[in-house]
Amino acid sequence: MMSANLSAIFYLISGVLFILALRGLSSPETSRQGNFFGILGMIIAITVTFLSIGNFSNGFVYVLIFLIIGGLIGTFIAYKIPMTAMPELVAGFHSLVGLAAVFVAISAFLNPEAFNLGSTGNIKIGSLIEMSIGASVGAITFSGSIIAFLKLQGIMSGSPITFKGQHLINLLLGLSIIVLIFYLCKTQSDSLFWRIIGISFLLGLLLIIPIGGADMPVVISMLNSYSGWAAAGIGFTLENTALIITGALVGSSGAILSYIMCKGMNRSFFSVILGGFGATEQSSSPQNKEQKPVKNGNAEDAAFLMKNASSIIIVPGYGMAVAQAQHALREMVDTLKKNDIKVTYAIHPVAGRMPGHMNVLLAEANVPYDEVFELEEINNDFANADVAFVIGANDVTNPAAKTDPQSPIYGMPVLDVEKCKSVLFVKRSLSPGYAGIDNDLFYRDNTLMLFADAKKMTEDITKNL
Amino acid sequence: MEIDPFIFRLSIFILSIFIGYYVVWSVTPSLHTPLMSVTNAISSVIIVGAIIAGLAENSEGIFNTSSIFGFLAISLAAINIFGGFLVTQRMLQMYKKKKKDK
Repeated sequence: MMSANLSAIFYLISGVLFILALRGLSSPETSRQGNFFGILGMIIAITVTFLSIGNFSNGFVYVLIFLIIGGLIGTFIAYKIPMTAMPELVAGFHSLVGLAAVFVAISAFLNPEAFNLGSTGNIKIGSLIEMSIGASVGAITFSGSIIAFLKLQGIMSGSPITFKGQHLINLLLGLSIIVLIFYLCKTQSDSLFWRIIGISFLLGLLLIIPIGGADMPVVISMLNSYSGWAAAGIGFTLENTALIITGALVGSSGAILSYIMCKGMNRSFFSVILGGFGATEQSSSPQNKEQKPVKNGNAEDAAFLMKNASSIIIVPGYGMAVAQAQHALREMVDTLKKNDIKVTYAIHPVAGRMPGHMNVLLAEANVPYDEVFELEEINNDFANADVAFVIGANDVTNPAAKTDPQSPIYGMPVLDVEKCKSVLFVKRSLSPGYAGIDNDLFYRDNTLMLFADAKKMTEDITKNL
Repeated sequence: MEIDPFIFRLSIFILSIFIGYYVVWSVTPSLHTPLMSVTNAISSVIIVGAIIAGLAENSEGIFNTSSIFGFLAISLAAINIFGGFLVTQRMLQMYKKKKKDK
């Protein structure tokens, strides 16, 4: 049995190791070491917990069994999951953290003696508030992440589901949780505790269904943040430093990511949460609906343009992920490089379905990370480049964001692909992107549209090079 | 007058939010996906609560309502810990620099 003070120090150490784990991610070179620190912190936290309880009787065996079951499932998933499914995986993992927080809160509520929180029916008020908040945020994280997961998997339609009075209902549900927590503190009643959890599950569901598929980068980051706050709530209940530090880290990490994603779309966080983007409005389109001529090209044309270029910038988007075209793309680039053509990649902050989505896919295809640039780093280079190869992206290149104050995406930072000598668009069809707006670029003289599946088109171009 | 220990925990919490704020801003955007998966993994340190819950025997024996929730939470958190760290590892291994010798 370990003294409480000693174990508190070890929890602090594991909290510090978690900080170092995040710190390591400031560059790819230090990131692997950072991940190792994270694992070490986790091992310390778990070992110390066992030692501080000091009960190695029958229960211990079962703890190990459940730990191993979970560990095996986790390991299996980690090695089997394709990189394109990373957004779904992260959403799924968030839901598990949320549910685990709910379960821990329930056990603490049912057996407060084990956690030193008083006795059943007479739990300390402070602990009761902390565990209700932990359970409530955990439940919201769980059901919200499940919806996000279903939308990302395509099991549920990615289009926003809205109905009248939606926001009022959410507000009332949120308020009722607070009221119930207040009464829970007065009465210590079981049924109130279950009701808090039930309402929170419902609220999580309702919060995420109105949010459209392309706003998923914000949603995932937001749920990431929630899972942190849930963990912190439980950390306060258990008076555990490692958990409080981690919860705060994860909470602020998710919040920053949501902020970055919102800024990448020039939308306020509030408007994303209120949802419904893409399904509504769009009154400006009708007069533009008449068929404008587009230049339609094939793989040979594209290959010809590229062969005669001296520098090419590639702009990947969600379409590349859907078509799993990243490997084909890298093969094309390899061929181009053999002809002494300079190739770089430009990544918009909200390309794909989660923060950093495109970077991971390119890394999977063995694209060196020092050829991949963020929007601010590369945007001035478009003017000097010969060809922009836009593969599966659309709205993030739309010049209307800079020129048309009427456009719903006006003010969003975009990649200046139109400054290139010529622009190649690989797209399935002329259909607009998620914002539902026409892209003026398609109709320009220096734009060549390549209508095909991104992977097939890229392979065909490579053959023609 | 003594300070309530809650205030100390609150201090740790607030300061950690600030640490998180500055540390996460320094994360390079290309590693934002690994950032999410690793934060997933570390927030599963909630497993310490689950272990305490699972090991708490009462008059009903090892498996009582409270400990069953604990055991389930152990499995959920363990999926996340192993899955989160390993998938992060897998992703980070893919980030390579341009080879110098070419």
